[in-house]
Amino acid sequence: MQMTRGMRLKEAKQYVADKLGVTPFDLSDPAVMTDIRAELGFGGIHSYAISQPYLANQIEAKFNIARVLDVPINSVERFKERTTPGGGAR
Amino acid sequence: MTNEGKVPTRMGDGTFVHMTRDEIRADLEAGSEAAAKRAKVPPLTQEELDHLLDIYASPARFTGVDVGDEIVLSCDGTGMKTHATRIQDLQSYEQWMGADLLELCVGDYSLKVVRTILAYEAQYMHDAQLATIAPLQYGVMPNLGLYSKPDGPCDNWNELLPLGKIAESRAAQEEAVEMAVVDMVKLADSQWEAGADAIDWDTTGASGDPEFLAALRATEIIRKKYPDFGVQLGMAGEFVLGMHGQLEWDGVRLAGLWPKDQLLLAQKAGATMFGPVVNVNTGKSLAWNIARAIALIKPCMDVATIPVHPNAGMGVGAVPMFVHPLADAVCRSAKSFVDLLHVDGL
Repeated sequence: MQMTRGMRLKEAKQYVADKLGVTPFDLSDPAVMTDIRAELGFGGIHSYAISQPYLANQIEAKFNIARVLDVPINSVERFKERTTPGGGAR
Repeated sequence: MTNEGKVPTRMGDGTFVHMTRDEIRADLEAGSEAAAKRAKVPPLTQEELDHLLDIYASPARFTGVDVGDEIVLSCDGTGMKTHATRIQDLQSYEQWMGADLLELCVGDYSLKVVRTILAYEAQYMHDAQLATIAPLQYGVMPNLGLYSKPDGPCDNWNELLPLGKIAESRAAQEEAVEMAVVDMVKLADSQWEAGADAIDWDTTGASGDPEFLAALRATEIIRKKYPDFGVQLGMAGEFVLGMHGQLEWDGVRLAGLWPKDQLLLAQKAGATMFGPVVNVNTGKSLAWNIARAIALIKPCMDVATIPVHPNAGMGVGAVPMFVHPLADAVCRSAKSFVDLLHVDGL
């Protein structure tokens, strides 16, 4: 939200919290966010000690982040272009 | 003699020094006054000085912001073959260190070096985007000096100036600006096509006002071409050196600008994040340095419409000029910026 939308911190935290159905306070609490990240497919710590092969990760996770936060992510848009016949589909 | 107990704190070069609370308070006041005198900014209030005193007179090894006051941490150079391949480096920063954003770059980090390998860097960004989650930017420093002889094609303004060839020096700088803007936009073109989330102009203004001008002009062009592309504009110092002296952007003379006026131009040009810098005086205590840094950057916070991430690393933002970041100094700097300025990130 900061990097590509230029949102200041308070506004960015509130925007993300609203989209996720949590409070801004929750965003930096791993005890809350670990489950939310898993439920929404936002990716997580990728370790063979805690393997989660059924969960989205890497570019897959970015598709979910773009959809839930309702923001375009450049690499996701490029992925769609390059994997859609004719390209350019959003 | 005083019987007041002394606490360990550090100098700007990182060495420990033992000072009393009164001595630390005196340095805080002196740092604030130094900023006020030089940059014509308001000195810190007594309440602000008291809060900094509590942070810097604490004997604790580590401190931190209040729960709920966490900020976004930006960075440069997380993907540069520090310990593995560049993509593995990016994944390590994301997965093991919890980085809020990532940056792909080459070790040299100079724009003019990267311009010859744009396609390779774009391919690497493409691959990296498939293998990471966190926002991933591409970073370079404009480093306008490399456009001058013997490294580049333009006459060397640093050699012309001592000879009194002012007009020739200025002409050489203006020629370099034109080249750098073209290269910055071409870099942005290639990285946007590769899927990058943002471009980072790091240490902008290291070569003075012509370098700041190049970054502003390139940012303006990129904003118009790619409305969703992030542009992080970080500075090299608290004061724009007047190597040219007459350059303007949007009617504002660039030489001599302090952080607030740098920010106003950066956000008008279309930057999405701004990184003000205050360099460390290695001969002064960290208390002196943090008070000066806070006082110089404070005016930014009222006029910012984009996130402000003061630079807090080796030699800037009251973090000692020492190759290994000293944790007790880093956490005090971070807490000071968050508590007093409510910064958007660091």
